[in-house]
Amino acid sequence: MAQLYFEQLLNGIQLGMFLFLVSAGLTLIFGFMNVINLAHGSLFMIGAYAIALFHGVTNSFLLALILSLPLVALCAWIIEVVIISRLYTRDHLDQVLATFALILFINEGTTILFGRTPMFLDVPPLLSGTISLFGVVSYPLYRVAIIGAGLAVAIFLWIIIAKTRLGMQIRAGTTNRETVEQLGVNISKLNTIIFVVGAMFAGFAGALAGPLTSVEVGMGENLLILCFVCIVIGGIGSIRGALLGAIIVGVVDTMGRAFVPDLLVKFLDPTYASGISAGLSSMSIYLLMVVVLVVKPTGLFPIIRS
Amino acid sequence: MKNNKIRLIAGLVLAFFGASAALADSIKIGLITTLSTGGGYLGQDVRDGFLLAIKEEGGKLGGTAVEVLVEDDGRKPETGRAIAERFLERDGVEIMTGIIFSNISPVVAPLTLRADRFYVTPNSAPSQFAGKKCHENYFAVAWQNDSLHESAGLNATSQGYKNAYILAPNYQAGKDALAGFKRFFDGEIVGEVYTKLGQTDYAAEIAKIRAAKPEMVFQFLPGGMGINFAKQYDQAGMNDEVPLVLASPSTDINILRAVGASMVGISSSSHWNHDLDNAANKKFVSGFEAAYDRSPTVYASQGYDTAKLIASALAATGGKVLEDMDGFRAAMKAADFDSVRGPFKFNNNNHPIQNWYSRVVVERDGQFVNEITGTIVENHGDAYASQCSM
Repeated sequence: MAQLYFEQLLNGIQLGMFLFLVSAGLTLIFGFMNVINLAHGSLFMIGAYAIALFHGVTNSFLLALILSLPLVALCAWIIEVVIISRLYTRDHLDQVLATFALILFINEGTTILFGRTPMFLDVPPLLSGTISLFGVVSYPLYRVAIIGAGLAVAIFLWIIIAKTRLGMQIRAGTTNRETVEQLGVNISKLNTIIFVVGAMFAGFAGALAGPLTSVEVGMGENLLILCFVCIVIGGIGSIRGALLGAIIVGVVDTMGRAFVPDLLVKFLDPTYASGISAGLSSMSIYLLMVVVLVVKPTGLFPIIRS
Repeated sequence: MKNNKIRLIAGLVLAFFGASAALADSIKIGLITTLSTGGGYLGQDVRDGFLLAIKEEGGKLGGTAVEVLVEDDGRKPETGRAIAERFLERDGVEIMTGIIFSNISPVVAPLTLRADRFYVTPNSAPSQFAGKKCHENYFAVAWQNDSLHESAGLNATSQGYKNAYILAPNYQAGKDALAGFKRFFDGEIVGEVYTKLGQTDYAAEIAKIRAAKPEMVFQFLPGGMGINFAKQYDQAGMNDEVPLVLASPSTDINILRAVGASMVGISSSSHWNHDLDNAANKKFVSGFEAAYDRSPTVYASQGYDTAKLIASALAATGGKVLEDMDGFRAAMKAADFDSVRGPFKFNNNNHPIQNWYSRVVVERDGQFVNEITGTIVENHGDAYASQCSM
C-alpha cells in the first residue's frame, strides 16, 4: 500500500514539476508583457519535434536536447518579432485571436513537414528503468529526472529574478510598466528576451516530454489549458505562484484520478461509478480553480500591481 | 472588340455549364474523418486507403466516376455535424463515410439516415446501430465496436489468463470495448478504469495497476493515447511484470514504430494483418506502399475495403445510388467483392461476419511488425444482431 500512495504522490509532484516548466514561461509572458499567448503549447510541441528530429540524426539524447533549445529559441524569436510585438498594445481578445491563428498555422506547418504519423523517440538508456527511493517505493528513473529538472529550473529562475539586474527589471516591469519605461529601460528588448526565455522553458519541457509521450501534432493543446489553470490558481505573473499552482494542480489531478474512482465504487453501483468518477476526476482541478477564484480572486501568490 | 468580348463571356459560361453537367454524372461521396489531433493518422489512413481504390480505377469506382469530398472533424461532434449538414444540404452527397471516432458517429449517422442517404462506416460502429437502431441504409465495413474487443477477450481466455485489469477512454467506443472484452473473457475483472479521451499521462493509472497485481492488462487506447500508454507502461517496468493482451487499435503499425522495442512480444488480435495471404491483400499492401511511401495500418485496409464494397454495388446498379436505392442497397448487402481480409459477408444487421486472428509483435529487418500466429475464431458476428429487427 505504501508503494501505491508514495507512487501516486510522486506522480502528482512529477506532473506538477512538468506543468511548472511550461507555466513559468506562460506566467512571465502574461504577467510582464500582459499578452495572452495561446501558442505557448505550440512552442512545447516544437521542442518535442526538435529533440525527436535531432535524436534521429545524432542518436544521442543529450546532444539532441542541447541542439533543440537554440532551435526553439530561434522559432520563438521569429514569432515574437513578427507577431507578438504587434500585440502588446492590443486588446486581450485580439491577442487570443492572433495566437490562436498561430496555433493553427504551426500545427499545419508541422503536419506538412513531418506528416501525421507520430515520431519515434525513446528514453535514453542511462535514464531508463526504475530506481528504489528510500527503500519504500520503486519509481521510473526518467520521471525522477523530470522532477530534478523542474527543481533546477525553479532554482535557476529564482537566482535570475531575485539576484540579477535583469530579474530586477522584470520584477519592476511586472508591477509598473510605465515607470520602468520612463526610467529608460529598453522595454522592447526586454520583451523579446522574456518571450524567448519563456518559450525555451516550454520547449525544454516538450523535449523532456518527448520520450514519455506521443510526439504528435497538437500535443501542446491539452497541456496549455492545464497551464492556464495553474497560473490562475497561483497568481498571474508570479513565478512562485506558478510553481505552487503547478504542484497543487499536479497532485490534485493525480490524486483525483487515482482515488476518486475507488471511493465512488464504495457508494454507487459499479456501472455508474466508473462513468461518473471518470468525469469527476477530470473535473477536479477546475473545481479547485473555481474555489480558489472565489476565495482569493487574484490567486494564491499574486503580484501586487501599482 | 465588343463582339469578341461577348463571345469570350458566352464561351466561358457554356464551358462552366458544360463542366457542371459532366460533374453531375459523378457520384458524390462525403468523407468526414479525423485528420487532426492524436487520432489524425487514423483518418489519414482511412482516406488514403479509400482514395487508393479510386486511383486504381482511374477516378472511378465500379466503372462510375466518383467525387470524394474530404473534411476534418477534429474529433469534435459539433464539427462533424456542421460538415455533414453542409454535405447533405448544399453538396448533394449520396453516400456518407469516413467517421473514425464513436463520439461523432452517433451525431452524423442519424443525420444522414434521416436525409435518406447511405451511411457506410469504415471504422466507428457503436452498438446502438448494430442492435435496436439498425437501419437498412447503414453499413459497417470494418467490424462492430464490441467484436473488435471480443476477439481480445477470446484471445486472453485461450492464453489461460484468470484475471484482468481493463482500461479504455470514457466515450461510447471505450464503453463498447470493455463490454466486448468482458463478454468473452472467462476470468475475473480485477479493475475497470475509464480515462479521459485524449489523455496523455497515465502514471496514476499505471500505479493502480501495479498495486492491483493482475495477471494481464487489456486496454483500448487508439492512436496517440496508445503510444503514450505503451511508453509509460514500459518505463514503469510493468512490461516484465504484467503482460498486455490487446486489440488492433492499440497495436497498429504506427504505434509499434513510435514506441519501438518495448512492444516486442505483445500479443494482440485483429481481423486483418499485412501478411494475410490472399491476392487482394497483396495488391493492396504493395499498391499502398508504392503510392504513399509508408506501411498501411489496419485503418487503411478498412478504407480500401469500404471503397471496394461501394465499387461492387455501383457496378451492380450501373452507377445509380439515389436513383435506385433498392438496387444499391441489395448490392451493398450482397457484398460481392474481394475483401483484403479474406472471407467477408454481412450479418442481418449490416455488420460483418469475419475471422479474427491472433498476432504477436516481432522485429523483422530492423522494423517492428505484427505477425499472425493463429486464428482465434472464424465467422464471428456480433452480440447485437439478434436485437436488430432486419
